[in-house]
Amino acid sequence: MKFTLSWLKTHLQTDASLERITDTLTNIGLELEGVENRGAALAPFRIAHVLEAAPHPNADRLRACRVDAGDGVVSVVCGAPNAHTGMKAVFAGPGTFIPGTGTTLKVGEIRGVTSAGMLLSAREMGLGEDHSGIIELPADAPVGVPYVQWAGLDDPVIEISVTPNRGDCFSVRGVARDLAAAGLGTLKPFAPSVVPPAFDGGPRWEIAFPEACPWIIGRTIRGVKNSPSPKWLQDRLTYIGLRPINALVDVTNFFTFDLGRPLHVFDVAKLTGGVLTLRRGAGETMRALNGKDYVLDPEDCAICDAAGVQSIAGVVGGEATGCDETTTTVFVECALFDPVRIARTGRRHQIVSDARQRFERGIDPALMPDAVEAATALILELCGGEPGTVTAAGQEPHWQRDATMRFARIAGFGGSDIPADEAVGSLERLGFAVRARDESRVTVAVPSWRNDIAAPIVLDQSPGLDPAKAAAAAAGCAEVEAENDLIEEVLRLRGLDAVPPVSLPRESPVPATTLTPRQQRTALARRTLAAAGLMECVTFSFMARSDAERFGAVPDALRLLNPIAADLDQLRPTPLATLALAAKRNAARGYSDVALFEIGPAFAVDAPEGQKLVAAGLRSGATARNWLTPQRPVDVWDAKNDLWTLLTALGMPLESLQVTAEAPAFLHPGRSGVVRQGPKTEVSYFGEIHPRLLLALDLPGPMVAFELNLDAIPDPKRRRKAAADLPAFQPIRRDFAFLVDATVPADNVLRAARGAERSLITNVALFDVYAGDKLPEGKTSLAIEVTLQPRERTLTDVEIEAACQKVVAAVAKATGATLR
Amino acid sequence: MNDDLDALKTETDAALAAAADMRAWDAVRIAVLGRNGSLTAMLRDLGKVPPEQKKERGIALNQLKEALTGAIEARRVTLEDAALDARLMTERIDPTLPPRPRDTGLVHPIARTMEEIAAIFGAMGCTVVDGPDVESDWFNFSALNIPAHHPARADHDTFYLPPSRGGSTPAVLRTHTSPGQIRTMLSQEPPIRVIVTGRTYRADHDATHSPMFHQCEGLVIDRGMTLGHLKGVLIDFLRTFFAISDLPVRFRASYFPFTEPSMEVDIGWNRRTGELGRGGDWLEILGSGMVHPRVLANCGIDPREWQGFAWGLGVERITMLKHGMADLRPFYESDVRWLRHYGFNPLAPTMLHEGV
Repeated sequence: MKFTLSWLKTHLQTDASLERITDTLTNIGLELEGVENRGAALAPFRIAHVLEAAPHPNADRLRACRVDAGDGVVSVVCGAPNAHTGMKAVFAGPGTFIPGTGTTLKVGEIRGVTSAGMLLSAREMGLGEDHSGIIELPADAPVGVPYVQWAGLDDPVIEISVTPNRGDCFSVRGVARDLAAAGLGTLKPFAPSVVPPAFDGGPRWEIAFPEACPWIIGRTIRGVKNSPSPKWLQDRLTYIGLRPINALVDVTNFFTFDLGRPLHVFDVAKLTGGVLTLRRGAGETMRALNGKDYVLDPEDCAICDAAGVQSIAGVVGGEATGCDETTTTVFVECALFDPVRIARTGRRHQIVSDARQRFERGIDPALMPDAVEAATALILELCGGEPGTVTAAGQEPHWQRDATMRFARIAGFGGSDIPADEAVGSLERLGFAVRARDESRVTVAVPSWRNDIAAPIVLDQSPGLDPAKAAAAAAGCAEVEAENDLIEEVLRLRGLDAVPPVSLPRESPVPATTLTPRQQRTALARRTLAAAGLMECVTFSFMARSDAERFGAVPDALRLLNPIAADLDQLRPTPLATLALAAKRNAARGYSDVALFEIGPAFAVDAPEGQKLVAAGLRSGATARNWLTPQRPVDVWDAKNDLWTLLTALGMPLESLQVTAEAPAFLHPGRSGVVRQGPKTEVSYFGEIHPRLLLALDLPGPMVAFELNLDAIPDPKRRRKAAADLPAFQPIRRDFAFLVDATVPADNVLRAARGAERSLITNVALFDVYAGDKLPEGKTSLAIEVTLQPRERTLTDVEIEAACQKVVAAVAKATGATLR
Repeated sequence: MNDDLDALKTETDAALAAAADMRAWDAVRIAVLGRNGSLTAMLRDLGKVPPEQKKERGIALNQLKEALTGAIEARRVTLEDAALDARLMTERIDPTLPPRPRDTGLVHPIARTMEEIAAIFGAMGCTVVDGPDVESDWFNFSALNIPAHHPARADHDTFYLPPSRGGSTPAVLRTHTSPGQIRTMLSQEPPIRVIVTGRTYRADHDATHSPMFHQCEGLVIDRGMTLGHLKGVLIDFLRTFFAISDLPVRFRASYFPFTEPSMEVDIGWNRRTGELGRGGDWLEILGSGMVHPRVLANCGIDPREWQGFAWGLGVERITMLKHGMADLRPFYESDVRWLRHYGFNPLAPTMLHEGV
């Protein structure tokens, strides 16, 4: 919402400075977006009298001028063809910055004649494109006066953002009222006198769609002459960025901003039949004033004459019946429309108009008759003519309502001790009328323009609530809402900065744990992976569907209906997908050896429970080059190592996990694994990214990755640990080399060995894997170290030998292995 | 009578002095103390000595044995020391060579800020609540007093997903973390002190807007909570987070459908230099307000008994301000150069007693 300072002052009597006004606007909730003051840059340009413009003695095209700008006569060389003796022009002295040329003037000499200034064209002042000559002002323009002041260009334009609840402040008058209530002056009275009708006639209203339009009034004015508006009105509009069209249209735009009261004007000569009907749209096409065609929907409210739709009510008028310079009889429309319908119609047709903006926030219903009188008076003043009777359909809806505020609640809710008199005074200045008041409370009548105060309460309670609880809550809302509305007004006008801050009282001397076990786990996972050498990333939750489907299921339910870009349309099946693309971006920058991780959502179905929290990591390229350690490509064991590090940190007992050689299709079928806890719970997978995927997405290879479902990790049990097992005897270590079929998982050998003598064997470690020429085909040698831990006494050689035999027997039984 | 002993002593001392390495030393040792060694022979021959001389010679032999053993041992230590010194002279490294590499990763600045937020509000008694990114229309809008036609919906630039099975209203990607408020009020009884942090989404993309970003929502519901407490909580948070004890904080009236009164909160800074805390300019940093009675009622909380407040702040925004980052977009780019520059040490997590 834009307006000028001078416009504001037509409603607000104030001595406050511009800065105080703009600061107050921000403070009371009408946030200042900006102030544009064209006058400031143009202040040095003064009106001058060209006493003489003689031909330059040494140049054909130049003139040597003697110029009086109010403080003595100076010599100026001017190249404009229209410079002539006796004219009034705009002068800039030495030291002045010229916006149009970007230069600062200096005293100079042009072909032997001193030039101590410049006579300016519109373009040089930055006021337009005209550079055919210097500006020539009327003969009565006062010499020495700043040009902007004389031309009325020094009116600052103020722009505020109006919150959705304050439709009343989409008007200069509404802003003035708030400022006056905040103590910045007094609101000037607005009471247009009734313009008596000179005849009875013109179009009549008929409402066939009362849900959309409860009340509409109108008035015919005949014998008008519709020409361009006078300068003051054109200035009002151009300053705030509107284009003046003609007097009748400009009047409607003026009141839209001045009173927040959109009006519409029909050219009566272009209307067919004597009745304008408000009805539902029926698929007709209408060409609007903006030149576009719209097809009306049954939910739209159309204003129609006998020939068809002539206006989309409250949103945009039709081209066919608009007013132009030929208009001699005009019909002024002033209506009340249902805000929700206007919003829907505007959204349906994607029309953003000043009228829609106001109607959808709610219009002052009581203002309509006054607005018509004010508009009539202005049209008569600008265009002449004679007014008809005011015609109406429907009736003024009942908008009157009261609100009550208990004074104690200003402190009890608002946290500020404001004296009752001050609180009531604030409300009165805002237009609330006191209906009753006692020691403890005041009841006020809500003004017609404040539809945000004590509004009808619409709840949307959770269906799962206990009915008694829901009813009590609804009753509570009905009781306090209007009071809260009033407290807000009182606090707002005083400035919320004035409310004293109070630190939150402690609930307990030491705060309880802030994070849930799941959140603690997430934090620990993050630290562990970063400490393991991976860089944490945050990537988008959405990506291109065509890429996403290479990493998992891409249900339609997870495809955005309105993606911001075609490559951000699908919720990702795993963070690995977006991480892989991040690695690709890094490779494109020359960094193909990266280690990245992300902890974020993976999406399966559109219900909330379809979202998993996943820790995913990947490594690409090769290990760092270093003189001590040879560089090598990353491999699947790097990924498994990252995963195992993470699982260990999270307290997962690794021996309770099953790893099988199967994995999602985007991983290498032979170099990947799935990790399960129990037969069903899939916890994780790891592996090398499938070479075909690398190729398809042009990813830097080799690339290995893992994914861990953090939601599948059980919460730790808060149990005291068992006493530590610290035997007094030295452990004994024995090595075994087993020959097994290459298809036997190593884990089977390790588990069998571990289980061979549970009371004695405390650790089994695989230290060598060999497959090659020295072994029979299809066989692998697995070398393990078994740790035996005596507890009561040192073991005898016989006992050790017996334990070793058990290991061999158990492994042989479980896997068919033989000792090598 | 014991001249031979003296001679052996002199001889051995000389031999030891001449032994330049362990092999020579060992030869001396064996020549003296070995099975066929000179001293061993003398001891063996003690039996042949006349009885009257036996005692005296025995004492002398024992003294000699002790002296020779000591001398041999001393020579060993000397030789070994010398050998070690010689070896050490050859074992030289260039200490400026780099060690074996051990990469350390870093924590993303968004995670760091979320951790700091949790630490500070945690100290005020808040717990952290998570919520899903895909929400129903009711949680994201209706419950928060934003009905279908409300103009605020248009401001949210909502991403929509197809309606879930059997439904007719599209699901949404949450446009703010406020649905977390609703979930909390439905799942726990007041008093409530929570913060909700997480990903949020809006269809907007430029230098200052990302289609995905992070928010922290706060909710406090209790008896007797006033706007003054809200201001206190936010001032305490902002001054701790930015570590500026006198950070100017300004409160302006505003409007959000789910709070009343609503406030925008600004902090003092210098627009030109970006320095926080001084400079006379104001920077909008978060939105807040007293929870709207309709929101409480929608969740079954009686606004006559309970009142409270809520706030929402942009995680990236305060991160950029705190660390002087100019651009929003690199947060999601995963450029390892940027991550290395702005990332945080995982082993130095946020702890109030170590300083935020």
